[in-house]
Amino acid sequence: MELLSVVLSVLVRGVGIGSTYALLAVGFVIIYRATDVVNFAQPALMILGSYFTALYVHNAGMPFPVAVIAAMATMAVIGALTERVALRPMVGEPPFSAAMVTVGVFFALFILSFRLIGTNPISTGEPWGFARLVVGDFEFRQIDIARTVLSLGAIGLTGLFLQRSKAGLAMRATAMDQETALAQGVNVGRMFGLSWAISGALAALAGVMISAGSGGTVPLDAFIALKALPVIILGGLDSIKGSVVAGLIIGVVEAIALSFNTTLTPLIGENFYLVVPYIIMILALMVRPYGLFGTAEVQRV
Amino acid sequence: MLAVENLEVVYEDVILVLKGVSLSVPEGGIVALLGANGAGKTTVLRAITGLLDIHRGEVTKGKVTLDDRPIHHLSAPQTVAAGIGQVMEGRRTFVEFTVEENLRIGAHTAERGTVEANLDRVYTLFPRLAERRRQVSGYLSGGEQQMLVIGRALMAQPRVLLLDEPSLGLAPLIVQQIRDLIVDINQQGTSVLLVEQNANMALSIASHGYILETGKVVMDKPADVLREDEDVREFYLGLREEGASSFRDVKHYKRRKRWLS
Ligand SMILES: Nc1ncnc2c1ncn2[C@@H]1O[C@H](COP(=O)(O)OP(=O)(O)O)[C@@H](O)[C@H]1O
Ligand SMILES: [Mg+2]
Repeated sequence: MELLSVVLSVLVRGVGIGSTYALLAVGFVIIYRATDVVNFAQPALMILGSYFTALYVHNAGMPFPVAVIAAMATMAVIGALTERVALRPMVGEPPFSAAMVTVGVFFALFILSFRLIGTNPISTGEPWGFARLVVGDFEFRQIDIARTVLSLGAIGLTGLFLQRSKAGLAMRATAMDQETALAQGVNVGRMFGLSWAISGALAALAGVMISAGSGGTVPLDAFIALKALPVIILGGLDSIKGSVVAGLIIGVVEAIALSFNTTLTPLIGENFYLVVPYIIMILALMVRPYGLFGTAEVQRV
Repeated sequence: MLAVENLEVVYEDVILVLKGVSLSVPEGGIVALLGANGAGKTTVLRAITGLLDIHRGEVTKGKVTLDDRPIHHLSAPQTVAAGIGQVMEGRRTFVEFTVEENLRIGAHTAERGTVEANLDRVYTLFPRLAERRRQVSGYLSGGEQQMLVIGRALMAQPRVLLLDEPSLGLAPLIVQQIRDLIVDINQQGTSVLLVEQNANMALSIASHGYILETGKVVMDKPADVLREDEDVREFYLGLREEGASSFRDVKHYKRRKRWLS
């Protein structure tokens, strides 16, 4: 019972954080599929999302769920504007140049988030904190359940939108063949903007989920978002399904490494679990360079 | 009426590809645009449909009008909305989409209320597509894919349909079917501009034909006249002499032959 309980709690923790990594990765994938650009600004969008949630809770007095939705909407607008101003002029240029522009956007927004947040953590007013949920003999952290449900829920809704709606169909068509999409009357530029809007909204939610259950949001949390890189490399840059599977794998493996941390510390040092995702990434690159679900031709930037 | 007047197109700011092309497609007509590979046929269609800019091409002179309204500066989505439908060279289905998704994306600019009726219309025209509506289009045969992209273009209820080499790479029997379908579509009220290298097929259903050679219209005649024209028969109707690689070469060859004899 003791062992089962430990295993379960490690699994739940891993799935929770892994779902959040998946959510971050899906933001990358959506922009990559629509525009062929790897969006390195995603982590900064995430931090700004947390910032706006905190702002809406503390300064506008919104209840937490409403503030999250409003922050997602705000980041959707900021995402679409970024695309229009910084990325649209790069259409037709090599994807590598466009990816460099997103690095520039990252630094601009990152510096902005320092200005806005400062160095002290801000709280989004999230309701989970360190609260626990007891089910029979088992005890879980509520935040892990919330992360799993909300992250996978948001990914599911995004998938449903892409699969079922008219705009989703047009986005997928644009991803497959831009010229043919144009010939069907699809406004391809608008689809680029839409992909950034969706990624911005998902990034905002990911920001809230990442910082929840910790002491609050600081700009340096952006570096947690770098965990999305091993996820998209393992799952494939162009696959939402791959992001989910890879996110869960990396989350769970990281949670396992963390649970052995005290045992292993004398051998390999204290923060070994932090590098585990990158070790998986390197292994994945050696075995399947285009990811578990990715397309073989996908070009790496 | 769709009219192209004295059209000049340049790629990459320097490559002059169309040198003053004029042609017209009357309301309800079928017009053939013939020419060898590289003559500029696809470029004419790109100029009509707003697809030049993504190929770094530009209209530098002349105009394209639909019922006297200039359309050569419209974006691709705007030309679709204006009533121009096109089937691009090489079929270009969305290979990961099902047949039905391919058709639905064709209705992107159409009003929502028209979609189901147009799906019915396309499935009636192409019963084979109805059977395969849930199948991924990448697995269809070449002929079925051609039918699918024609159906996709019809979903927007175009007034003028532009077809770029629909017979390319298809077996003769399938070409016959495609030809008959084009006639059906035309009789249902859509004007057709049919771009072909297969002059036989095109001239058998067109009322008028143009022959394009390196960016110039070298012949502009009723289809039955073209069918009887000796040079056209020789070069475009499969009665070509060995070694001839363009319409002009045929003439050269004939001249030399006469001189020798
Ligand atoms: N994007 C482009 N850039 C430069 N030249 C091009 C481009 N597209 C086509 N061309 C040239 O224009 C000429 C006409 O091409 P095209 O219109 O495709 O002819 P066709 O459809 O009759 O085979 C060819 O010589 C081709 O090489
Ligand atoms: Mg062509």
